[in-house]
Amino acid sequence: MENWKTRVVALVVALIVFSTGSVTYAEPVGEVSDEVSYNLDIRPLLSSKCFSCHGPDAEGRKAGLRLDQPDGDEGSHEYAIVPGDVDGSEVWSRIASDDPDVVMPPPDSHLKTLSKDEQQLIRRWIEAGAKYEKHWAFVPPKKTVELDDRVSSNSTAATIDLLVRRQLRAKGLSSSLPADARTLVRRVTLDLTGLPPTRQEIRSFLADYSRSPALAWEQLVDDLLARPQYGEHMARHWLDLVRFADTNGMHKDFYRNHIAYRDWVIRSFNENLPYDDFVKYQLAGDLYEAPTRDQLVASGFHRLHLIIDRGTALPEESHFKNVLDRVTAVGTAFMGLTVQCAQCHDHKFDPISQKDFYSLYAFFNNIDAASETHLPEVVDGLQQPFVRWPTSEQTARLAALDQDLAKLDNESKQVSKAMKLLQEQTSESESRERAIRAIEEWQSELVRQTRRVRAERLSVERTVDKAMIMKERSDVRETRVLVRGQYDNPGEIVQRGTPEFLPPLKTDRDIPSRMDLAEWFVAESNPLTARVAVNRFWQLFFGAGLVKTSEDFGNQGTTPSHPELLDELTISFVESGWDIKSLVKQIVMSETYRQSSHASPERFRADAENRLLARGPRYRLDAEIIRDQILATSGSLNRSMFGRSVKPPQPDGLWKAVSMTGERFRADEGEDIYRRSIYTFWKRAMPPPQMTILNAPIRDACIARRERTNTPTQALLLLNEPEYLRAARRLAQSALELPDDQRLTFVWETVTTRLPDDSEQSIMQSLLEDLLQKYKDEPEVASKMCEGVELESDPARAELAAWTMVCSTIYNLDITKTKD
Amino acid sequence: MSDLHDLDRLSSRRRFLMNSGMGLGASALGTLLAGQQFASASPRDPRYDATLPHGCHHAPRAKRVIFLFMAGAPSQIDLFDYKPDLVKQFRKPLPPSVSMGQRVTAMTRGREQLIAPSKFKFAQKGENGIWMSELLPHLSTQVDKLCFIDSMHTESINHDPGKTAFSTGSEIPGKPSMGAWLSYGLGTLNRDLPDYIVMPSAHWSGKVNVQALYSRLWGSGFLPSKHQGTSFQTTRDPVLFLSNPEGVNSPIRRRMLDSLKELNAKHFGQIGDPEIETTIAQQEMAFRMQSSVPDLTDISGETKETLEMYGPEVTKPGSYARNCLLARRMAEHDVRFVQLFHRGWDHHSKLPENLVGQCRDVDQPTSALLQDLDQRGLLKDTLVVFAGEFGRTVFGQGKLTKDDYGRDHHPRCFTALLAGGGIKGGMRYGMTDDFSYNVVEDGVHVRDLHATMLHLLGVDHARLTFPFQGLEQRLTGVEPSRVVNEIIA
Repeated sequence: MENWKTRVVALVVALIVFSTGSVTYAEPVGEVSDEVSYNLDIRPLLSSKCFSCHGPDAEGRKAGLRLDQPDGDEGSHEYAIVPGDVDGSEVWSRIASDDPDVVMPPPDSHLKTLSKDEQQLIRRWIEAGAKYEKHWAFVPPKKTVELDDRVSSNSTAATIDLLVRRQLRAKGLSSSLPADARTLVRRVTLDLTGLPPTRQEIRSFLADYSRSPALAWEQLVDDLLARPQYGEHMARHWLDLVRFADTNGMHKDFYRNHIAYRDWVIRSFNENLPYDDFVKYQLAGDLYEAPTRDQLVASGFHRLHLIIDRGTALPEESHFKNVLDRVTAVGTAFMGLTVQCAQCHDHKFDPISQKDFYSLYAFFNNIDAASETHLPEVVDGLQQPFVRWPTSEQTARLAALDQDLAKLDNESKQVSKAMKLLQEQTSESESRERAIRAIEEWQSELVRQTRRVRAERLSVERTVDKAMIMKERSDVRETRVLVRGQYDNPGEIVQRGTPEFLPPLKTDRDIPSRMDLAEWFVAESNPLTARVAVNRFWQLFFGAGLVKTSEDFGNQGTTPSHPELLDELTISFVESGWDIKSLVKQIVMSETYRQSSHASPERFRADAENRLLARGPRYRLDAEIIRDQILATSGSLNRSMFGRSVKPPQPDGLWKAVSMTGERFRADEGEDIYRRSIYTFWKRAMPPPQMTILNAPIRDACIARRERTNTPTQALLLLNEPEYLRAARRLAQSALELPDDQRLTFVWETVTTRLPDDSEQSIMQSLLEDLLQKYKDEPEVASKMCEGVELESDPARAELAAWTMVCSTIYNLDITKTKD
Repeated sequence: MSDLHDLDRLSSRRRFLMNSGMGLGASALGTLLAGQQFASASPRDPRYDATLPHGCHHAPRAKRVIFLFMAGAPSQIDLFDYKPDLVKQFRKPLPPSVSMGQRVTAMTRGREQLIAPSKFKFAQKGENGIWMSELLPHLSTQVDKLCFIDSMHTESINHDPGKTAFSTGSEIPGKPSMGAWLSYGLGTLNRDLPDYIVMPSAHWSGKVNVQALYSRLWGSGFLPSKHQGTSFQTTRDPVLFLSNPEGVNSPIRRRMLDSLKELNAKHFGQIGDPEIETTIAQQEMAFRMQSSVPDLTDISGETKETLEMYGPEVTKPGSYARNCLLARRMAEHDVRFVQLFHRGWDHHSKLPENLVGQCRDVDQPTSALLQDLDQRGLLKDTLVVFAGEFGRTVFGQGKLTKDDYGRDHHPRCFTALLAGGGIKGGMRYGMTDDFSYNVVEDGVHVRDLHATMLHLLGVDHARLTFPFQGLEQRLTGVEPSRVVNEIIA
């Protein structure tokens, strides 16, 4: 029970077992200054308490005062704030007042008044001269760390440790010891592939690690980064961000085929496509000269929005909603800003005017596509514009089938004509009747044949590589500001452009293109794109970003826990050529990442989200990893990659209960149901419950970070999901092939990567014995558990049933569903 | 192992609070523990009043809500908003001074707007002579309990955005639903059941244009997902994965959980993460739900009189009648928010024929629910709401004869019914013009209804907030909204 205490080391961890030794630790400790920082201390306060009435939104601004800037007609200095003179500053007297008629924010705003501490911050800031700074996220990152000459290729990892420790020391805290080897191999294998290590992999890492920890670790990381499962794992997070799904998400919720896009994302991560190209392909892949297949497929990013089917909504309103959805996605995914807030009015907190919003909107407003889905025009879930890349065999086969169809059609026409002639004959005769019957038979045969050929054609078509893409109209559609965000209330005309507070857009055309915009996004001067990306990659390993609000880097977002670190990582990321694998490698090479995650409950509570990184990451795995882990460790996982989405079984009736068309869920069969969860069919109206119960988003909006809850419905899922229990049985069957004394170690290690200690063994042994007895006493229950398995005797069935429950118990352990 | 309960009490709550990333102020959470509630009003708030139920900003009138959602939008003209003079205007064009060029759907755009009077008879009911359609004879006996808001309006003209806006306050997907807000704001009232239960009908009479439902209508949006509605299934397990799978019975499950608990507790000792205690508590809660939920849905203990009151359909699982009965049982068990969805109201054509069936589905059970709640003393603190996502047009769609017509979507006015939990009965509120086309007096926007519902539950809609995307988000959004005090007793 004292374990955590021995693991938590209260002293400075300067000598770490496998330190790369590349960083000078001799620099000053704890540079916590007493100076109040506008960016870190004051702006968040002013933004949440004042900006909604005294901020960037000119229309909503009260009393002709803006507190978001010092200068200008309505700026704060010499008006509400007198730098250096607290008592002469109206702001001070207002925030410090007790009088409800005077105090700011006013009671009817429902904003809480400033606490004493907050008031003191403002006071000290005014005393120090009330200096404003540009919002930290809108200025380019800068380097602050000087490394000495011994810096090796691992410098980024060492920088992480340096900056994390600097902050810990300043707070009188220290890092934790490294985690043990088993924890480490499980942590990094889950983090880089979304799957746990096999026993073979564990063993081989342990052997290497005991010889040379540093070398073993780096080899393991390199090996994992090279696995195809890495791309699948990384892609999954991206798919949340861009709200990838297999259906329209509105009204009849038709099938929508984005398979090519999903597969491209997986391959891009595996091939380590530089992130700047990854962004450019998605924003403007269609606008390259002679675009490659990948570039076109990537531009399908613009087609991932929700879309309604034709017939009820007004097409112009649908068009507006689609473009809005597209801009929102660009804002969330690439800018880390809530640009959509400016659709009705100037942004309340960030310097994005409504006009800025529609200038951005203008880039995405020119799609050459219907704004609604019309089923007869949909081919295999694809809606124009889309591109097909059939093989020559497919082309030939389809042409042949088309010919068959034409023949059948022609024949049908002839036969109908004959029928008509016959029917026009007035004379009743037996031969006429016979002829009619014969023709009727002929006709139904033709119908049958046509149906068969059509079905075959569709099945060939389904194998053809194809993808929805973005496509510009030849003449650019006019864009106007929409007053109060109403699609039918157009205001002034706006030109394509980017918000003023960000670097200028470069173009050599009359009208800037989406490609110009894409270039702007990845230009060195753009302060957001790389930062936002780096922060999200960081989040994958520590559970939270350095900026916790990874979807919002604006004034209302959280300030970074380690601002210098975020800047350092951003700069090195861009300098590396936007090399994702290199960034990821540096993060997991850091000692910060390799710390033990054990601590005292008090330490956990003091920093529940581990913002200070005084310990290693520990949090519940995502739904997909939990499922994939069960499949992998039980030996069920089908590792085939790419292609159509699949439908693993789910409880009956879920689709029908919500569908407009009486659509029923029909589970796939065979090996398909054991594919990784990234290939699971995602119906937006009713996504798979195994996923949503564990916080997977519905995918009808862009999500940059998932919620992580711990609920009884999650417990029910993991205890009772029939497929998960079947997996436990499969694992039990493997265990039963081993000698008695190896079984428990086998399942425990397979699932948790650890070995059971004495007390775990004895708890499990007593569970096993009790269960065996229960199943022997009730053979019919054991038989049900063993259905489909050929076993001759009741004792054999009782044994398998008991072991199944033992395996299920291990699958339900907190340590199993958690990354430790 | 008894100290586990202490662990529950002492640390899970704090851990939860930190976990969900909520600060004080608007923070709130449902807890596992019986009777525990958390405040959206925080002790740090100068307006905090410790004598109120946690989460409340003022004394509540209602503890729970039963929301009867008529998905597809019933015709207010044929059911509630009586316009006797329309008969004289059969097939006459709707005056442009009334329609004012307002937008219509793609289905009727550019078509002639010819008036279709209701073919159904109305009569005055109750103490105050409330006009009711002949299609709702049972509900007509309950008008003294009901407040009819005839001046409801919304922006949405299509089902999907309309239902999303009604359920979450915004047409744009991604916002939390009403029930999720309440679960977040007020916490749970009971120890063994979800705070928010959703029951879509499995059958309905209207056979045309059955509109889809989406799980976002009971989703948690940006709130922690434990606040999302739990959709009860009609077949098999009411709650997904509730039953033990084949080969596992209750004693076996219990034995397994005992070891699981022991192991998890041991790991907590080694690792120190309070989240492990939460896992233990949730696994135990799951086990309790395995008996509490079937108890809830088992109606074998209901008397013959009660069953008869709900009508013959009550014997069919998944029927609206059965769900009304279950809603009452849930109210008894203090489930905070119960939402029924009954589909099949989208009558673009053959309205009279389809409306009769739909009304038959809901009339007797809704009436029975009100009486049953009342008899058990539950109506006084249970708010019951009956509404669709919008109304229907006075002008006909498709075939138009005196006995056969359809109506298009109409967001500019419709009727919502409220009862119980602090609502004045036997009254109408708001007024529409002679065509039931525009609101002329006391308009009530959907967000006003939301504000009023929250108010009755003791919550100030402007103070029930959650920070997301830089805004203090709330159910009623940023547009102004008001509590309709005039309908509160």
